[in-house]
Amino acid sequence: MEKITSLADLKRIKEQVQSKIKLREQSASAEKLVQIRVGMATCGIASGAKETMSFLIEETEHQAIDAVITQTGCMGYCYAEPTVEVTLPGRQPVIFGHVNRERAREIIDRYIIKGELIDGMIPVNFKTIDE
Amino acid sequence: MEIINLTIDNKPVVVKKGTTVLEAATSIGIHIPTLCYMKLEDLNIENRPGGCRVCVVEVKGRRNLAPACCTEATEGMEVNTHSIRAINARRTVMELILSDHPADCLVCPKSGNCDLQNMAHRMGIREIHYKGEQSSYRKDTSPAIIRDIDKCIMCRRCEMMCNEVQTVGVLSAINRGFNSVVAPAFEMNLDHSVCTYCGQCVAVCPTGALTEVDETGAVIRALSDPSKTVIVQTAPAVRAALGEEFGMEAGTLVTGKLVAALRRLGFDYVFDTDFAADLTIMEEGAELLNRLTRHLQGDPNVKLPILTSCCPAWVKFFEHQFPDLKDVPSTARSPQQMFGSIAKSYFAQQLGVRREDLVVVSIMPCVAKKYERGRDEFSVNNNPDVDYAITTRELAALIKISNIEFRALPNEEFDKPLGESTGAGVIFGTTGGVIEAAVRTAYEVYTGKELPRIDFHELRGMEGLRHATIDFNGLPLNIGIAHGLGNARRLLEDVRSGKSRFHAIEIMSCPGGCIGGGGQPYHHGNSEILVKRQQAIYREDSNKTIRKSHENPYIKKLYAEFLGAPLSEKSHHLLHTEYFDRTK
Amino acid sequence: MSDYNMQILICGGTGCKASESEEIRNVFNDLLGEYLLEDEVQVVTTGCFGFCEKGPIIKVLPDNTFYVHVTPADVDEIIREHLVKGRQVERLLYRDPHSHEVIHDSKGMDFYKKQIRIALRNCGFIDPENIEEYIARDGYLALGRCLSEMTPEGVIDEIKKSGLRGRGGAGFPTGLKWEITSRSVADQKYVVCNADEGDPGAFMDRSILEGDPHSVIEAMTICGYCIGADKGLVYIRAEYPLAIQRLKVALDQARAYGLLGRNILGSTFGFDIELRYGAGAFVCGEETALIHSMEGSRGEPTVKPPFPAESGYLGKPTNVNNVETFANIPVIINKGAAWFSAIGTEKSKGTKVFALAGKINNVGLIEVPMGTTLREVVFDIGGGIKGGKKFKSVQTGGPSGGMLTTASLDTPIDYENLQAAGTMMGSGGMIVMDEDDCMVAIAKYYLEFTLEESCGKCTPCRIGNKRLFEILEKITAGNGKEEDIDKLRMLSHVIKDASLCGLGQSSPNPVLSTLAHFEDEYLAHIKQGRCPAGKCKALLKYVVVEDKCTGCTLCFRTCPVGAITGERRAPHFIDQALCIKCGICFEKCKFDAIELA
Repeated sequence: MEKITSLADLKRIKEQVQSKIKLREQSASAEKLVQIRVGMATCGIASGAKETMSFLIEETEHQAIDAVITQTGCMGYCYAEPTVEVTLPGRQPVIFGHVNRERAREIIDRYIIKGELIDGMIPVNFKTIDE
Repeated sequence: MEIINLTIDNKPVVVKKGTTVLEAATSIGIHIPTLCYMKLEDLNIENRPGGCRVCVVEVKGRRNLAPACCTEATEGMEVNTHSIRAINARRTVMELILSDHPADCLVCPKSGNCDLQNMAHRMGIREIHYKGEQSSYRKDTSPAIIRDIDKCIMCRRCEMMCNEVQTVGVLSAINRGFNSVVAPAFEMNLDHSVCTYCGQCVAVCPTGALTEVDETGAVIRALSDPSKTVIVQTAPAVRAALGEEFGMEAGTLVTGKLVAALRRLGFDYVFDTDFAADLTIMEEGAELLNRLTRHLQGDPNVKLPILTSCCPAWVKFFEHQFPDLKDVPSTARSPQQMFGSIAKSYFAQQLGVRREDLVVVSIMPCVAKKYERGRDEFSVNNNPDVDYAITTRELAALIKISNIEFRALPNEEFDKPLGESTGAGVIFGTTGGVIEAAVRTAYEVYTGKELPRIDFHELRGMEGLRHATIDFNGLPLNIGIAHGLGNARRLLEDVRSGKSRFHAIEIMSCPGGCIGGGGQPYHHGNSEILVKRQQAIYREDSNKTIRKSHENPYIKKLYAEFLGAPLSEKSHHLLHTEYFDRTK
Repeated sequence: MSDYNMQILICGGTGCKASESEEIRNVFNDLLGEYLLEDEVQVVTTGCFGFCEKGPIIKVLPDNTFYVHVTPADVDEIIREHLVKGRQVERLLYRDPHSHEVIHDSKGMDFYKKQIRIALRNCGFIDPENIEEYIARDGYLALGRCLSEMTPEGVIDEIKKSGLRGRGGAGFPTGLKWEITSRSVADQKYVVCNADEGDPGAFMDRSILEGDPHSVIEAMTICGYCIGADKGLVYIRAEYPLAIQRLKVALDQARAYGLLGRNILGSTFGFDIELRYGAGAFVCGEETALIHSMEGSRGEPTVKPPFPAESGYLGKPTNVNNVETFANIPVIINKGAAWFSAIGTEKSKGTKVFALAGKINNVGLIEVPMGTTLREVVFDIGGGIKGGKKFKSVQTGGPSGGMLTTASLDTPIDYENLQAAGTMMGSGGMIVMDEDDCMVAIAKYYLEFTLEESCGKCTPCRIGNKRLFEILEKITAGNGKEEDIDKLRMLSHVIKDASLCGLGQSSPNPVLSTLAHFEDEYLAHIKQGRCPAGKCKALLKYVVVEDKCTGCTLCFRTCPVGAITGERRAPHFIDQALCIKCGICFEKCKFDAIELA
């Protein structure tokens, strides 16, 4: 990695990474590209988030779903760990709680593939600094 | 200098910036009680953890009470030391301490000398409202020091002495909360630690948590055994402090009464360690000149500086901490051990008694001497050269037990031959004394001339580290002096790294030297007492007719009749020793 | 893709469930069938919306219509009007509590304003191990601006203007702290991040470090620029392995990108950060104790002054802030002090992260603007009390804090108000208690914690807390005396007044606070030998209800201590002197003939 040596540099890199992410989102297979984030803080991991994450990776690969699966920190819903946020292309992100293998399968089969909502999704109840 | 105006108990007081509320109060005669706080002004030693909270006072405008010992006086401050809030808090704190303290005052070795007892008395504590569990720990007995830490009040004075002053690092707070206590790491026994037995922890402990091993019972038994000849030696610093135990002013010399008391206790011969100190000077001085001469001749194997070796805690310190330098100190035994060795050989021969039937008791200002006398190398066929070593405080107890009215005693003289000593032997009792005594003899032996002056003021004082250069007839002899093992460490590190430019260094473990020893009457944080003892030692020296060791007629006689010459084979055998690497 | 055109979200939170949300769902399913809409409209139960007092709640997608106080009887109208005709049912719409206007799109509801994520802005959004995701969300932009466009004084001024106060507990103004340290003259200064989170139940610092480590790194670097330090240290407890790992990854990445090290972003300023591990001692959250621990000494506090700003780590001026405080800094620089200070109350600006725990439905991490009421936190965001039990109190401030009762439910939460209510902000632990919690036992629990975590240096904390604890033990064992109440109060005041550090000065707060609000519970233990919450084992009494006892001898046979006697087919008897209250008889009895008295 080359070092960032000025503010302008930093801003340029920010643009780059942002567009990289956007590009990823709006690529040719945009209808299919699904973004999945797994809450992997201590609370999540303690409740089995690692297993959930590897299952999601395996299963999306297995079913040939074009998905980007990343880890993230605590979403705050510790009572419902493991938590997984799924963003279907062109839709609002949806957070699911208590995602074990079975629920993960349900999410893939029903929400990601068919677009049906499933019971137990967690309503987002906060504002971000960007709003 | 910035000036601060404040009022304490409505009295205005002006102090300079940096003064604590406690000091400001003391300056106008208001004595705020303290417990953990201790300041040895003349030695630059201070314990101020702010932990006991006995000194809390009310400061107007402050949310909570302020510990007077570590709160700096500020402009316009209004302090109330005896508001109901302050008194209530202080007394509650005191009750809390007492609620976790064994109430065995009547049989506690510290009874009558206990800061906690005194403070409880002063605060008029008559009831302990908060009772509950009391801390209980294993009692640890070592060759010199007993730790009964059920009595520890976490003042941390010992910890400060052991770590900051002595840099030995054995005692520190361990555990948390109610279970916290000051102890060696992992609660190991002192015996297994690198403790030097300097006894400075004992000297500052406000309670009976740290005390010396009591050998008075054994001494009484020996004295009552008709088959034994019991002789006693008494260290130089004892005579400058014993009087304090009998209500006499600090710095009162009680040499004559001391001799009289020992005689009344039933010792068959009352001798003086000062005699052995003179002997030490003969050996150590000869060793110094030997090394110096070889050094000047260019011998690369010679080790300089030479370090004194009469302090047992210091010896144990370098055996643990600087074993690589164990060839550097003088091999001369300490005066206590030289005395024991000569007593059980030369003197036993003179008396015609077997060494097993001769009991040597020493009176020492020191607790490490108890450990030293037990070292294997100071025994012959399992019979130690010195049988018992009791402290100045233990001697006072013996005198009291034996119904002797100390203050009314006449002055008496030491017995001959091992009771004859010079002023040089006396000053062993203070920091700088050993090296001054050595200089007095070495100068005359080296130059063949008489000293133009006997008092070397440049070697005296209370500074922790001192140095002077003495002109040995054109040869500038560089002398270093350290008291307190932390100061010693600094000099030793220079020696280790080859930076030291000294030819000879005197080291005493205890701040002030033996006058401040761990076995001396408690100073209760008043360092003026040590200064007065030091003055008394020099007074005793100047009162002596003979003030150079090599002029002691009985020393001359000892060499003529028995030893031959300093560093002779017999001397080596009886008066010198070797050191061990204790890191192994 | 889905054939559904619309979705009905029904809140399945405990509060709404209690008020018939399940029944509503059933009615929807039935009626949608009748209207032949079952293939077009999907009905889904969701987690709590955090709006329980308006429950049952349903939300219609895609138009974000939010209906409150819905009953099963309303379902038909919703389907007919809204789903079929596309007209919202006005009378069920949420009304703004202030303007009383109906809200047609729930995006405009206050509800979403209850939580604002500033410190937690990236937690759960970015991959913490990927610096680019942080940069994509304005990461290191604040640092870049500070270094190239602002003077250290300017930055400090901005922080001061923002009104940010220390989130570790005491609430000292952060900008002022930086300013004091910046004014100390020394050859070396340090920035220390206090990540020694120790309050039971609080874990926001851990979550920030795990979810957004770069925000702390960036803020520490900004702090270093402001105070003139080139070295930062994070004091983190060794029990946080994941946070440590993420921090290490983040530090390596920041160095690789040149955001740590020499000449950061082309400036003359250089800064780097090291980790120091703590053993998880609560007292090491106190900044002087923390510094001693970092130096390798026993972690115990020393008297202030001197403050770390004058003489801290290795005797050098040191600025200590906690994780959450630092996490706010980049946002303040990016969005401006004015934006930040518009959030919160007059004296407490911005947001506070709370860890909700205890008898609450939505246990978790929340971030609310200062000034949010306890009611909103507990009932709206927290989803109310578990199992429909009655709210009793909230403990804030951890072992240094106290109880907030129903009387404080509508008090806006900020530093001053909590203090006035006899507790404190602390690091943000909020433990919710219900009617089953014994307040004496709770006070005892916190004291037990303090007792273990006290460093033992000063007498009031070391012995005083022990004695307080022993008195509470006596009371919960049924051996208390009325005078013990006075003793508790008097001793508590002395401990607060005379202890050395903040730990001791606040350790009796749980006792004083429970005494202030629940003295009757103490008295019940003492005078009647009764624990009103039924929690104190020693005060429980198992007795045989003679009418119900069939004399089956099962209890007699299972009692481990032989405390039960009785003839076959005759009522049995429990000898209270022998009973150890294990409760086995109570569990085993098939006839409910054993009762807790």
